[in-house]
Amino acid sequence: MNLRRDVFQAIADPTRRAILLLVASQALTAGAIASNFDTARPTVSKHLQILTECELLEQKQNGREIYYHINAKKMKDVADFIEPFRQMWDDRFNKLEAIMKNYKPKK
Amino acid sequence: MELKTKIHAENGQHDLVITREFDLPLELLFKAYEEPELVEQWMGTKVLKLDNKKHGGYQFETSDAKGNVVFKANGTIHEFVPNQKITRTFEMENAPFDVQLEFLEFEQLSSDTSKLTMHVVYRSVALRDQMLQLPFAQGINMAHNRLQNIVNQLK
Repeated sequence: MNLRRDVFQAIADPTRRAILLLVASQALTAGAIASNFDTARPTVSKHLQILTECELLEQKQNGREIYYHINAKKMKDVADFIEPFRQMWDDRFNKLEAIMKNYKPKK
Repeated sequence: MELKTKIHAENGQHDLVITREFDLPLELLFKAYEEPELVEQWMGTKVLKLDNKKHGGYQFETSDAKGNVVFKANGTIHEFVPNQKITRTFEMENAPFDVQLEFLEFEQLSSDTSKLTMHVVYRSVALRDQMLQLPFAQGINMAHNRLQNIVNQLK
């Protein structure tokens, strides 16, 4: 595999996950994606570049605009996509555990 | 190192099982699901409604730093047995995913430890695989919380 970056590393970043979710529901231009974030435009561009290099996103020319699409096939090709899913739940449950350890019942 | 959270998903099936052992007494674990303020804290989402009873339901909503709603979910509660079981549906709004059915079972392991078993049933194998492959979809609220923190640090 000629990936400059690891796919898991790509989706480990919360901004990139947010970008993938946005694009999962509809193809969008870089400008439209950036408008959803307070992050500086070049930072969003960098994220798009990483996601495109990992082939999780594909660029398609539509008239004068370039739209970003989700590459569903690539998502499927990745061997173990369960790990980030597991980590998501693990993070969530770790938080639950930490909060409840400090929980003081109201009397 | 033993993983605290485990996912069991067999090929070609349209369900999966998430298990987690907690260093918490059963009552505290269940309370985290029972009280809206606690759900808000660990899920990182706003709880608009949480009616924990048979025929009850819930509504969650998460906004980004700009106040735009980025995640909305709702469900119906079918069974609510304190410290034992919650059966509910989960549906993400404005997302191309069908509703899923969730069976949550709470068990006491010792006086200080407990276990949650979450059996999630999807409409199809394809949908389950899609949900497994798109962890950010359900993790969006967390992602946005982190995003907000990052953005706030930049300000």
